[in-house]
Amino acid sequence: MIELKGIEKVYTLGGRPLKALDSVNLTIHRGDYLSVMGPSGSGKSTLLNMIGLLDRPDKGQLNIGGVATESLTEPERATIRRDKIGFIFQSFHLVPRLTALENVALPLMLSGVPLKQRKEQAMAGLAQLDLDARADHLPKQLSGGQLQRVAIARALIMQPEILLADEPTGNLDSKTGLEVMDLLEQVNQQGLTLLLVTHDLSLGKRAPRKLQIIDGKITEVNEHRAFN
Amino acid sequence: MRLIDYFIYALTVFVRHKMRTALLLLALSMGVASVIILTTIGEGARHFIHQEFSAMGSDLLIILPGKKETQGGAPPINGASPRDLTIDDVNALKTINSIDQIAPIIAGTALIRFGNKSREVITMGSTTPFFALRNMRLGEGRLLPDNADSHHSPVIILGSKVKQELFGAENALGEWLNVGDFRFRVIGVLEERGESLGLDLRDMAVIGVRSAEMVFDSPALFRVILKLKYAGSEHYTEQQVRSIIASRHEGEDDVTFISQDAMMSAFDNVMLMVTMVLGAIAAISLIVAGVLIMNVTYISVAQRKHEIGLLKAIGATAKQVKTIFVIEALILAIIGSAFGLLGAIALIELATTIWSNFYLAAPFWAIFAACSTALVVSLLFSLVPAKKAAQLDPIIALRSK
Repeated sequence: MIELKGIEKVYTLGGRPLKALDSVNLTIHRGDYLSVMGPSGSGKSTLLNMIGLLDRPDKGQLNIGGVATESLTEPERATIRRDKIGFIFQSFHLVPRLTALENVALPLMLSGVPLKQRKEQAMAGLAQLDLDARADHLPKQLSGGQLQRVAIARALIMQPEILLADEPTGNLDSKTGLEVMDLLEQVNQQGLTLLLVTHDLSLGKRAPRKLQIIDGKITEVNEHRAFN
Repeated sequence: MRLIDYFIYALTVFVRHKMRTALLLLALSMGVASVIILTTIGEGARHFIHQEFSAMGSDLLIILPGKKETQGGAPPINGASPRDLTIDDVNALKTINSIDQIAPIIAGTALIRFGNKSREVITMGSTTPFFALRNMRLGEGRLLPDNADSHHSPVIILGSKVKQELFGAENALGEWLNVGDFRFRVIGVLEERGESLGLDLRDMAVIGVRSAEMVFDSPALFRVILKLKYAGSEHYTEQQVRSIIASRHEGEDDVTFISQDAMMSAFDNVMLMVTMVLGAIAAISLIVAGVLIMNVTYISVAQRKHEIGLLKAIGATAKQVKTIFVIEALILAIIGSAFGLLGAIALIELATTIWSNFYLAAPFWAIFAACSTALVVSLLFSLVPAKKAAQLDPIIALRSK
C-alpha cells in the first residue's frame, strides 16, 4: 500500500516558485490501476517521481508498504526503488550497448545476483513477453514495440509492487501502443499495482481509478477530460 | 553489485568504444613504458660505472701528486705542487707493510712510428704490477721486465687497436718501432678489452716507467696506483704514505688520495639521483595520461547521462554509479600498465641483444613505481568525474537530450 499525506513540492522556475504538488493526499492499494491526466507542467511526472522515490517532497509523508520514506537514506531509497518499484519510460531508456537480455538483467546485477542465475531469470522474463528470440539483439536492432516490451520485462524482473509508467505509448504507433497497454493491464490483473501517466484520453479512460492533476492539485474523477 | 559485475559492465563499455579504449590504453602504456625504459637506462649507466670501478679492483688507492683540497676563498696561487712525485718516492713507499703492490705511472702522448705509419698514442710508463692493478691481460708476448722501475729497457707493449693500425694482421712481436726519438721493440700486445675509466685500453701503449721518464723528459709521475694487502687498511696506509712523502718533501705531504670506494659510492649516489630524476620526468607523461583519463571520463559521464539516470531509477546507489566509472578507469590503468610493461621489457630485450656489453635490466622498483603511479593517477583523476556521475539527479539525467 502506498500512502501520500499532504505532499508538497515547489520548484523555482525563472525565479518564481511553482507548485508542482500541492498538499496531495492519495492512497493506492495493492493491485490498483490508476491513470493520471493533466495539462503539461501540472505535476504528473513529479507525482510519478515522488512515488518512485526519485524525488523528495518538501513537506508531507510518503509511506510505501508501511515504511515512512522521508527518513530513509539515499542508499535505502535506492534499494526500495530496485526491489519494489518498476519504471517504464516514454523513451524506453535501454542501455544501447547492452543486449535485450543484459538490459533486462540490469536490476538483478545491481542487487548482486550471480551472472548465470540472472541470465536464466532474465531469459524467463523475456520469454514471458515472447521476446526470447530477441535476447541477444542490441536495442538498435529492435522495433519500438519490442524496445518497450524489453523495458517492461526489465521493470518486472525484480517482481516489484508497483509499476510506474510515464507515457509508455508516447513513442509508439497506436497499434503497438495498444499492445503495450494490453500487456501492462494483463500484468495489473495478476496483482501488480499500475500507475499510468498519459496524455491519451482513450488510454486514460481504461483505468478504474482516474486522477486529474491541475496546478499540483489532485482530484479523483469519474471521467477524464482532454487536456493539451 | 558484485565486484566481477563491475568488470563485466566495464568490458561492455570498452567493446562498444574500441577506438577510445585503444587510445587511452596507448597513452597509459606509453607512460608506463617510458618510466621503465628511462629508469632502466639510468640504472644501466650506474651499473656500467660501477663495473668500471670494480674492474679497477676494490682495494685500490690512487695517489695524485699535489695537495688538492676543497677550500673556500680564492684558489691558491701555486695550485700545483712545486715538488714532483717521483719514482724514487714510490720506491721509498715500498717499505710500507700494508701495501701489496704499487705501480708508478708516467703518462703522455707520444708519436709512435712503424715504417711509413705513425700514430699519436697515449703512452703509459709503469711497472709490471700496473697490469694486474688495472686488470689488463696480454693477448700475446710478455710483460715489462721486473727492473722497469730502475732501468730503461727499450721494450713496448701495444694496445690491440694500435697494433692493428700499425701492423695490420702481420706479426708485431719482436719488431722495432719509434716512440718519439727512441727506438723500442714490441714485446707484447694487450688483450682486446673495452674502456676502463675513460681510457681506451685498445688505443694505448705501455713502456717501462724509467723509459717513460726518458721519452717524456720528466721525472714527474702522473699518479701512483697501489693495492692494499688487507681490506680496511686504507687509513693506516694513507698515514704511512703521507709521513714518508713528508719526510722526502721538506715536510710537505703534498699528495692527494682517491679511494675507489669513496668514488664508487659518490658516483652511485649521483647516478641513482639521475635515474630517479629521469623516472620522475617520465612520470609526467603518466600524469598527462591521467588528465586524459579524466577528460575522457568526463565526456563519458556526459554521454551516458541517460544510462546513469536509468541506473539510479532502477536502484543503483550513488556509490555503485561512482564505482562503475572508477573501475572503468582502473581497468584501463591495469591493462595499460601491463602493455607498457611488456613493451618496455621487449624494447629492453631488443636493446640488450644489440648492445650486449651495456647492462640493461628494468629495476624492480621502477616497474613497481610506474605501475602504481599509473593506477593511482587513474584512480585520482577518475574520482572527480565519477563523483559527478554519482551525484547526477536521475530525473534531470533521464530527461536530458
